Amino acid sequence: MVISEDARARIASEIAKYPVKRGALLPALHIVHEELGHVSTQTAVELAEIFEIRPGDVMEVVSFYNMFHATPQPRHHVHVCTNLSCSLRGSRELLRALESYLSVDDHGNTADGRIHLGHEECLGACAYAPMLRVGDVYHEDLDLEKAKRILDELD
Amino acid sequence: MLSIPYVTGYLTEHFGDDEFTQIGGYEKRGGYRAARKAMKEMTPAEVIDLVKSSGLQGRGGAGFLTGLKWSFMPVETDKPKYLVCNADESEPGSFKDRILLERGGHQLIEGLLIAAWATGSEKTFVYVRGEYGFPARQLQRCIDEAYARGYLGKNVMKTGFRHDIVVQRGAGAYICGEETGLLESLEGKKGQPRKKPPFPAQYGAFGMPSTVNNVETFCHVPHIVKNGAEWFRSIGTEKSPGNAIFGVSGHVVRPGLYEFPLGTRLDEIVFEHAGGVPDGRKVKGVIPGGMSMPILPAGQLDVPLANEFLRERKTMLGTGGIMVMDETTCMVRVACVITYFFRDESCGQCTQCREGTGWLNKIANRIERGAGHAEDLDILGDVAGKMEGRTICAFADAAAWPVQGLLRHFRGDFEEHVRQKKCPFTQSFEL
Repeated sequence: MVISEDARARIASEIAKYPVKRGALLPALHIVHEELGHVSTQTAVELAEIFEIRPGDVMEVVSFYNMFHATPQPRHHVHVCTNLSCSLRGSRELLRALESYLSVDDHGNTADGRIHLGHEECLGACAYAPMLRVGDVYHEDLDLEKAKRILDELD
Repeated sequence: MLSIPYVTGYLTEHFGDDEFTQIGGYEKRGGYRAARKAMKEMTPAEVIDLVKSSGLQGRGGAGFLTGLKWSFMPVETDKPKYLVCNADESEPGSFKDRILLERGGHQLIEGLLIAAWATGSEKTFVYVRGEYGFPARQLQRCIDEAYARGYLGKNVMKTGFRHDIVVQRGAGAYICGEETGLLESLEGKKGQPRKKPPFPAQYGAFGMPSTVNNVETFCHVPHIVKNGAEWFRSIGTEKSPGNAIFGVSGHVVRPGLYEFPLGTRLDEIVFEHAGGVPDGRKVKGVIPGGMSMPILPAGQLDVPLANEFLRERKTMLGTGGIMVMDETTCMVRVACVITYFFRDESCGQCTQCREGTGWLNKIANRIERGAGHAEDLDILGDVAGKMEGRTICAFADAAAWPVQGLLRHFRGDFEEHVRQKKCPFTQSFEL
């Protein structure tokens, strides 16, 4: 069993909030990601049992959403918004500079496998551009030095 | 850190005040009195009539009349009814719902309570975009406070009315902001929009009658109940009453949020309030309502921000995201950014959208790198025209309109790329 008892209990309390079990699938996938970082085939099988659906139904949902992953992930996901408002304020230059700082390509992982760096579409921080997010934590009004410091402080 | 609006109004006037995010501070400023009034002194039908006569229009992009939408909910039904709050704010250029969640959680909850009473809904699902971790946690904290105070749960304010609020986090898909894509996602599925009819009022969340409104829309409601429909109609224009929160971004001195009555002029907001373009440069174009809405050129900014006026200029208010581009901006690069976004976010269900967004992006990229042909401009317009109005949801329209707007007002930028076989805008933002 890869999904822990604790996670199963949290999933059960999410299910209780919905009129239909499956309503809690996205919350369950968030819980699984917090605990395991991704949804492996075994995780999908266990989730399918909990939700009384097929493993394929789980993976179909995983593959639809950018924040869910079917493969093991680096500890930190760093995304620089490159949508229009951010691009107008230098976010693409910032992303290129951070790529060379970490020696990664667009949507690459660092050699030590700790950090994933990539671009992302609008994150709702348009007035505070350029910006990046680490997981669901936003860092806004950045310049290159501030951004490098944020990367340096990741464990 | 999200800054409070530079100009505030009834929605945001207390947002600088930390106490306002706590239930005690919210009550001290008159909070939850409107919900109490609605539930104890008004029938559901009276609340719907009030919202109808206020003329409140949805603030999520489409601008549909809120009271009318509520009145579509069946009254005589054995089925449970649900309210759905669309907090999947993902429209590029839009960041107003984020502050309404972060700084005004109780205002939203009060709006939800009134809407729940009016529509007879036993539960609200608030669908918050996955990336909005902090806003979602702030809202959840407010919801917990409201339960502890007896404003939510089995017996709301001792009226016998039951209401629960469930927060669900999305997971990074723009299409889940489309109301039926959202409903699918809420049900634990891929967020692919549904064919309509049936509309959500008949067949909504989990197949039950549902009403879906945007965060900001709900936030206006307590103020309408408190101050009346006439008060609301005295703000804004005759056809578009009330305030709206505008997000200003791009090439301006003071990017940020601004709460103004609808009908406030676009040039007034861009130049007087947001300080115009930095370093004395000139404006080239402004997108008035989030990236899906067609751009306006510098000469057409003297327009009141209300749909009845914007429509005359072939654009719309959308979500109120004002994106300003200065004279250095290459509009073909803008087209590349916009079409990339829609190509990336198309859910793939309808051929016109799945294929069309890809072609728009390929052709824009080709023109930008100097490999475009003269006929490419017409092909862009042709593809956009064939996407519009032919798909299950409005996403394809949202992808087509900005391209049509750029061709309408900045065709010269495209032609110049083709003629020079390169991008002539050397000072423009980088791709």
